[in-house]
Amino acid sequence: MADKILAKDKLADFVGGLKKDLDVFAPKLADDKLVWAPLEDGGEVLWDFSNTEMSPKDFFFPQTECMMHFKNDPKDEKGMIMEAEPGLSKERALLNIRPCDAKAFGVLDMIFCQDEMTNDVYWRDKREKTLLIGLACNDPCPTCFCTSVGCGPHNEAGLDVLLVDLGDKLLARAVSDKGKGAIASLPDAAKADANKAAELKKAAEASITGGVATGNIDGREVLELFNLPMWDRVHESCLNCGTCTFCCPTCHCFDIQDETQGDFGRRVRNWDYCMSWLFTIHGTGHNPRTGKKERVRQRFMHKFKYIPVKRGGEIGCVGCGRCVQLCPVNIDVREVVNAMNQ
Amino acid sequence: MDNQEVAQKIREVAKKLLSEGKVSCVIGFEKGTVPMRERPFFAYTPEEADRLTWTSFCCNNLANFLVRRDLGEAGKVAVVAQGCVSRSIVGLIKENQITREQVFVIGVPSPGMLDRNKVQAMVGAAKVITEVTEDGADLIVKGKDFEERVPRKKVMRDNCYTCVQRNPVIVDELIGKESEPTHGGNIDKVAAPWEKLGAAERWAEFAENYQSCIRCYACRDACPLCYCHVCFVDEAQPQWCGKTQDETDVLTYHVLRAFHCAGRCTDCGACESACPMGIKVRKLTSKIEKDIREMYGYQPGMDLEAQPPMSVYKPDDPQEFIK
Repeated sequence: MADKILAKDKLADFVGGLKKDLDVFAPKLADDKLVWAPLEDGGEVLWDFSNTEMSPKDFFFPQTECMMHFKNDPKDEKGMIMEAEPGLSKERALLNIRPCDAKAFGVLDMIFCQDEMTNDVYWRDKREKTLLIGLACNDPCPTCFCTSVGCGPHNEAGLDVLLVDLGDKLLARAVSDKGKGAIASLPDAAKADANKAAELKKAAEASITGGVATGNIDGREVLELFNLPMWDRVHESCLNCGTCTFCCPTCHCFDIQDETQGDFGRRVRNWDYCMSWLFTIHGTGHNPRTGKKERVRQRFMHKFKYIPVKRGGEIGCVGCGRCVQLCPVNIDVREVVNAMNQ
Repeated sequence: MDNQEVAQKIREVAKKLLSEGKVSCVIGFEKGTVPMRERPFFAYTPEEADRLTWTSFCCNNLANFLVRRDLGEAGKVAVVAQGCVSRSIVGLIKENQITREQVFVIGVPSPGMLDRNKVQAMVGAAKVITEVTEDGADLIVKGKDFEERVPRKKVMRDNCYTCVQRNPVIVDELIGKESEPTHGGNIDKVAAPWEKLGAAERWAEFAENYQSCIRCYACRDACPLCYCHVCFVDEAQPQWCGKTQDETDVLTYHVLRAFHCAGRCTDCGACESACPMGIKVRKLTSKIEKDIREMYGYQPGMDLEAQPPMSVYKPDDPQEFIK
C-alpha cells in the first residue's frame, strides 16, 4: 500500500472513525506528567513530547491482573472451581505510541507466547485486540539509545501504522494488514512527503549519539561475563527498588497469588521485580542471589545476554531510556552495558 | 563557599583520608549522566576521590549506605553529610546499626537541595532539558531550543524550605563555615495542612496523593531507616500487606511505613527525591514528625545522647494526648 497523508486538521475525523469500534488512547499531560489516557472526542493530541513516564506495557500486561476467580466454599457445588476472567470486551487503539515501546511488545510476544505450552492467553487477547499507531521520533532525547539495540526513532517493527510528523500533516505508513485497514481511506502521499519523512528519519538517527556497543557481549561466554569484576562496583549504589523494572517496556516478570476474603477468591498476578531479595528466596530460606551484586548483575545479564542467547539475538532492551531518567541513584544502563562489552 | 569550592574541599579531605588509610571508603556523590542528577559514589582510592563532587542536586541520603556495610580493613568509612543526613547517621548510631567510631563525617552545611521535578515543571513538562548549571542564586536551564534562568528559591525541595538543621549535628571535618541553621520556612504551617479537614476528606486527600504509586519501593529503599532484613511488605507467613494495585494495598503500605518512621524520620526528603512518579511521600511522615515534636518534645537525630521516645519508656512520659 502506498504511504498516506493525514492532515492534522483532519485528525478529529480520523479519530472519530477509529472510535466507532475502538477505545482510543494517547499520551497526555496530566499534572506535569506524560501519561497514557483515553482520548476524548476532539481531545488535544500531543505531537511534541518525548515519551510517557511509564511505558504502555500496562495495556497488555496490567500491573495487577485478575486471572481467575472462584467461590471460596468447598461445600458449594460450584465452589472451588476457577472461572477464567473474560477477555477484553472492546478493542482499542494506542495512538502515538513510540517505536521503541512497540518493538518492546514484539520482544515480549516471543516470551509470553512461545509455543503450545507457553501461550499466555491474557497477553495474547490484549495484543490481538489492540491497534498500534506509532509516532516516529523526529527529536530523540539525550537518553534514547534505540539505534544501538536493534531499534530506531522511525522503526516500524511491532506497529500497525507508523506516523511521521511533517509539520501540519502526518505521513501514514501501513506496516501490517490491520494497519492497512485503518488508513485505507486516507489520501495518498506525494513523493515529496515520503522524501521528507526519509530525511527526518536520517536526521533523527544521526542525533542519537549516546549508545551501547554489544558486539563483544555476543562473542563472550555467559560465565565470563558473569564473573567480570565490574559487577563489584556497579551494584554499590543500587537501592534494589523496582523503578527500572517497572518503567521498562521489556521487563515482564510477575508473581501469582491467590487472595481470598470471606467466600470470594481470586488468582491475581502482579508485576514483580528481580531487584528484590524476595524474588529468588526459596522455601528453605536459601537465596541463590544472596546479595545486591547478584541481583543487579542478573538484571543486566538477562536483558543483554540471556535473552539474546535464547531469542535468536533479540536484545531485552529497546533503548527507550526511561530507566536512565528515573533510577533514583542514576545507574546508567548505557555505562553498564558498555562495561560488559569491554 | 559555593558548591564548587565545597566540592574541591571534599576531594581534598577524601584524598587525605584514603591515602592515610584512615577510612576504607569515602561515600559521596559524583556527577550523574543526566541533568540535575548527582549520584552516590564510593571512592576507595585517592584517584577515585577525584570524581567526588557537590551540587544542589545531591538528593540521595548517603546514610542509607551505612547499614550492614563492609567497613574494610580500616573498619571505618567516611560519609559526606549535610544536616538531615547527619541526623540520620545519629539515628543509625542510636539504633546500633553502626557505631560513632565507624563513621567519619565530612560535614557540609546544606545549600538547600533542589527538586528536579520542579525545575522541569518550570520550563514545561514536555520540554527536554539537556543541561543545568548553578549560577549564584539562579539555575541556568538549557534545552534544545531554549535557555532560561530559574531562581533557586522557587525550586528547592519541599523539605528544604522548612529545614531546621542545615548544619551537620555530628561532624569530624566541617567543610567551610556553618551556615544559618534554618531555611526560614515554618514547618508547622506546612507539615499537615489537612489537619483541619474531617476524616472523610482526609481519606480522599490521602488516597489521591498516592494514586500514581507503582509499588516500586524506591521510597523505602532510599530511606536510611528502612533497613529491616524482612520488610513487612515482604512477609509471606502471614502476609500483612497485599501486593496488588488495589487502593487498600497501596495505602496500607504507605501508612504502615510512615508509622514505622515515627520518632525516627528526620524529614531528609530522600523518599520524595527517589520516587519516580513524583509523589509527595512526605505528606504522612511530616505530620508524624510534627506530632512527635509536639507530644514528646523530641526531634530525631539531633542529639546522640537523647532517648528516642518510641524506644524508651518512662513512668512520667507525656500522655495527656492519649484518649
